[in-house]
Amino acid sequence: MLDFFVRPFIDDQQLRLAFIASVLVAITCAVAGTFVVLRGLAFIGDALSHGVLPGIATAMLLSISPIVGAAVGAAVIMGGVGLVSRRYKVSADTAIGLMFVAMLSLGVIITSRSTNLEEDLDHILFGDSLAVHSTDLVWQIIALLLVCLIGFIARRPFLMMSVDDGLAQTSGFSVSLFHNLLLAMIGLTVISSFQTVGTLLVMGMLVAPAASAVMFARRISSMMLIASFIGIFASYLGLLISHHFNFAASATIVLITVLIFAICAVRFDLMKRRNLKIDELPHQHEHNHAH
Amino acid sequence: MPTKTVLAENVSIGFGRHTVVAEIDFSTDSGALVVLIGTNGSGKSTLLKTLAGMIKPLSGNALVLGAKPGTRVKNVGYLPQHPISSHTLPLCVRDVVRMGRFADLGLFNRETTKDRELVEIALEKTGAAEFANKPLRDLSSGQQQRAHLAQVLTRQAEVLLLDEPTAGLDINGRKLVADLIASERARGVTVVMATHELQDAENANTVMLLAQRVVSIGAPEVALRDEYLRECFGFTQPH
Repeated sequence: MLDFFVRPFIDDQQLRLAFIASVLVAITCAVAGTFVVLRGLAFIGDALSHGVLPGIATAMLLSISPIVGAAVGAAVIMGGVGLVSRRYKVSADTAIGLMFVAMLSLGVIITSRSTNLEEDLDHILFGDSLAVHSTDLVWQIIALLLVCLIGFIARRPFLMMSVDDGLAQTSGFSVSLFHNLLLAMIGLTVISSFQTVGTLLVMGMLVAPAASAVMFARRISSMMLIASFIGIFASYLGLLISHHFNFAASATIVLITVLIFAICAVRFDLMKRRNLKIDELPHQHEHNHAH
Repeated sequence: MPTKTVLAENVSIGFGRHTVVAEIDFSTDSGALVVLIGTNGSGKSTLLKTLAGMIKPLSGNALVLGAKPGTRVKNVGYLPQHPISSHTLPLCVRDVVRMGRFADLGLFNRETTKDRELVEIALEKTGAAEFANKPLRDLSSGQQQRAHLAQVLTRQAEVLLLDEPTAGLDINGRKLVADLIASERARGVTVVMATHELQDAENANTVMLLAQRVVSIGAPEVALRDEYLRECFGFTQPH
């Protein structure tokens, strides 16, 4: 039993490294993902996760850090969405959709021009937890600390914006400033996580654990905590399964987070039905009075 | 002469190039109640958002507590119409009410005993204390509205801008809102309220009837004359 569940992480140093990286990604995604889910930013998060592709590809062609390229890609897509929606009066989701396909297409064109990059495309899109280096961990720790710092400092405006933008604005918080800060936080999460789970799959880690947690949490902090646990558990189980059955590690982790969401959704639905039934019953004291 | 708490001089409101209501003129003193009445899209919420500083007036001069709207955020409380995330937000009522203190606390100040006391007082006043620890999303729309009302009361504002505060409330809830407004006015708070309901105007100092223009303005008995109501809604009050 122990051999199956624990031994691989003791014996295999790379697997241990992958688990540490995945834990860091899970916590970072839980903090950022909480606000993604509450503020309904999944689509912009998705666009960001795809929009970094040309940046990463260009950086790799120029032999500079892919993280720098990803940061430039994220900045271009955020700026582009803002510019298109403001100047050309199209809705935000249309602007996001346009920038999303434009950046993804550009990324594919850039990678198709180089045979080496074509081989790396899989790695960029789907990540490779089992190819994580210790230097990647340093970046992830820095990103986690920054995301937590932003989340802590801006917790009040982020919370109010989750209820109503007007509430934040009339309390003296600039909605555009804090919305952009939130996007920067999501961008940072995507950039720091793509090495481990890839640009396509990072959305799963951002959305699925937080969407599961929101059903049961009663506070924002507990939502982050539950989302972190789900992400960490999925990382452990995903790496274990991929180790034993030779599955793609990152995809397995993300698929597990979505399966956990499905289980939570069914459980939540059952809980609601049971509560409804209890509400429909006559109250005990009324029952006693009747006798 | 004391400064008018809310002043609008020839103010036009709207979005971009689209004017919703033009040439609004009115002013209020401390403790006054101004009720904005009209159908959907008549400009009530746009006027409240303009006074709250969320939308710039297209033209004219608007002042709230002697300053441009949106400047004195600590002294102006705004209750939005149907806050959007009440059905998903993982927060208990007390936490929602605590948000009312954020304007004073800013980003970094820690909550004090006084802040916590104000939250408890607002919970008691609105009758939300009995479900203060329940998640907001598990409550009825009327109970959620009480929580949002409690939140705006914790602001300790000098001007309250309330967008349909009685929406979703039953008769008891409506009476509670009327009592709350009366008690706030008694301590000198100016209340500007948007509503669909004519009976909400009973105790108003000023009623403004809107239909993408100012149909009438003045004391309730003047502004709610049959000819104005017919023009605004197509019917008159039963006598």
